[in-house]
Amino acid sequence: MSPSILLLLALALGLAGWLAARARAWTFKRAQPGVRLAALPSYHGWYVALWIVIPAVLFALVWSILSPNLVLQSVLASPAAADLPTFGLQRQTMLAEARNVALGNSPAVFNPAAADLVEPFRSALNFYSWIGLAATLVIAFLGGAWSFLRLRPDFTARTRVEKMVMTILLLASLVAILTTIGIVASLVFETVRFFGMVSPIDFLFGTQWNPDPMSNPLNPQGDRYGAIPLFWGTIFIGAIIAMIVAIPLGLMSAIYLTQYADPRVRAWVKPALEVLAGVPTVVYGYFAALTIAPGIRDIAVSLGVSNASSESALAAGLVMGVMIIPFVSSMADDSIAAVPGAMRDGSLAMGATSSETIRKVMIPAALPGIVAGVMLAVSRAIGETMIVVMAASTAANLSANPLDSMTTVTVQIVAMLTGEGSFDHPATLSAFALGFVLFLVTLGLNFIALRVVKRFREAYE
Amino acid sequence: MTVVHDNLEATEAKMRAHDVNVFYGSKQAIDSVSIDIPQKYVTAFIGPSGCGKSTFLRCLNRMNDTIPAARVEGDITLDGENIYNPKLDVVQLRARVGMVFQKPNPFPKSIYENIAYGPKIHGFAEGKDELDAIVEKSLRRAGLWEEVKDRLTDSGTALSGGQQQRLCIARAIAVDPEVILMDEPCSALDPIATAKIEELIADLSGRYAIVIVTHSMQQAARVSQRTAFFHLGKMVEYGRTSDIFTNPLEQRTQDYITGRYG
Repeated sequence: MSPSILLLLALALGLAGWLAARARAWTFKRAQPGVRLAALPSYHGWYVALWIVIPAVLFALVWSILSPNLVLQSVLASPAAADLPTFGLQRQTMLAEARNVALGNSPAVFNPAAADLVEPFRSALNFYSWIGLAATLVIAFLGGAWSFLRLRPDFTARTRVEKMVMTILLLASLVAILTTIGIVASLVFETVRFFGMVSPIDFLFGTQWNPDPMSNPLNPQGDRYGAIPLFWGTIFIGAIIAMIVAIPLGLMSAIYLTQYADPRVRAWVKPALEVLAGVPTVVYGYFAALTIAPGIRDIAVSLGVSNASSESALAAGLVMGVMIIPFVSSMADDSIAAVPGAMRDGSLAMGATSSETIRKVMIPAALPGIVAGVMLAVSRAIGETMIVVMAASTAANLSANPLDSMTTVTVQIVAMLTGEGSFDHPATLSAFALGFVLFLVTLGLNFIALRVVKRFREAYE
Repeated sequence: MTVVHDNLEATEAKMRAHDVNVFYGSKQAIDSVSIDIPQKYVTAFIGPSGCGKSTFLRCLNRMNDTIPAARVEGDITLDGENIYNPKLDVVQLRARVGMVFQKPNPFPKSIYENIAYGPKIHGFAEGKDELDAIVEKSLRRAGLWEEVKDRLTDSGTALSGGQQQRLCIARAIAVDPEVILMDEPCSALDPIATAKIEELIADLSGRYAIVIVTHSMQQAARVSQRTAFFHLGKMVEYGRTSDIFTNPLEQRTQDYITGRYG
């Protein structure tokens, strides 16, 4: 019995409950024409329907987690499982093969010894799926019956339904928060393991990044895990080169669009700029690696820089800067447009020119919003991976020359996690430490940006 | 047709409008208005909402230029010079014809910077001392100096509504204009703040030509020497304030000032 069929069944029962309860509420109304119901009949319907669907769906969810284990237990208890190897990879493979055949996902077993297990699996799966179906139906019925029996003319179904809906909304918002907490927890856990092997001092202040995934994990060589070149590369590409491109271009386009552009021009240019934000970053990566980076190398060579690399920080930074222009410009656009027209009129009425008005009144008034936009753009840029993976390189150089190849934190996270080291090797675990520090940095930037935006909102109220 | 009272003293006209029409798109907002704004008097524009008095006021320093759909026809002169002449610099015009708006709109800068803004952009002051003097003089004239002299670095938006409006008047004065246009300057203020602004207008009237748009007929009667009554985009009647309020020649003016409509 697949989960989707269970879900459909629960919804169908819910619909039946809705109709029945609404009809019941109407009979109250007809029986005592002068009396007002405490809630509309449809709320009685919703009350019963929610009591049918929610417990049934919750049970089905729990059951789908529990039942594989119950199936496995009963298979292991069967006589055919007696000659299974007691532990190890082979035992796992045989069980998985037999299970797949029993489910009909694969035609036959590869290991003949597993063939005997197919039949116990099939019967156990069958048994537990019927149990699950029956239990779901019973729970749906109990929920429906209990709630249906509570219906009275003076039953406050509406307030109860609203409370239930509010609880569902609250749970929905909790999902995002719990996910964030879960991410942080898992990062912290692995980061602590890493710092058990490599000293945080080596990691945070070392200037050599050259982890060897093939080295002996018991001798982690802490001096190979200096993350300074990575953080420097991240800041140089994401926060310096990209911002040198994005801030002036974004700000100028926002000024043009809000202050000078004809509405018809604005109607075309603004969506076009927003399309830029929708381009997948991997496509920017191609553009950076195949077009910009070789172009920059050719220019550098023609200017006499003989050792110019074809993977330069400049190429990655330039393309990243173009990528985040829409972030800067749309935030700046919004905050300039939010400056009251009265400010602008006040300045113009004193004989200020448009450009004086923009420079001395509009931009200063919109500055908090612009700063917040830039901060969000920076945190976006330093978390960006694909462009640097494709256009920068994996060589960790501590250099201020934009034509050098450089690497960033995110690139090294990818390199370490997809590398050849085993999972508990410090080289692999270093990815979590890098991710954790990056997370803290972007969290801090977002936090500051949101505070600035909040203060900005209060300014004109 | 406009009725102009014939007992007006012969005063020098500071601004003179002749046959002015204003259109917003295809809608006509001002229909053939002609008026002389006298030197060193307060002229009040009264009339029901939507009658075009604010629109006409904004023509006098070309603030309608900021509205793309607005189109102005006819002649408006300042000291005999046509302000709609394409060769005329609108920046210079607005320095000579200042404006105070309905809602106080101080810049989100310090009190000092609010006043210094105009003199700075027009290059009035050569040094800090001179600028300080202009700021003090403007605030004194606006009757605000005593209240704010110890906190010139505070934000202008932190002042009360009435103080903000006097700050905006001080800001307009700082550019040393010849005409000051006021678009319902007291409509967002309480009666006490309103009284202070009216007092200030009386103080300023000997020095500048002031044009004030107001919804309050009592205010027009209190502060102005000349009154123009606008209705449906036309100027109905223009004359000495005392005549307009005691002895209007037009039935519509009579109906409006006695509160029969508007």
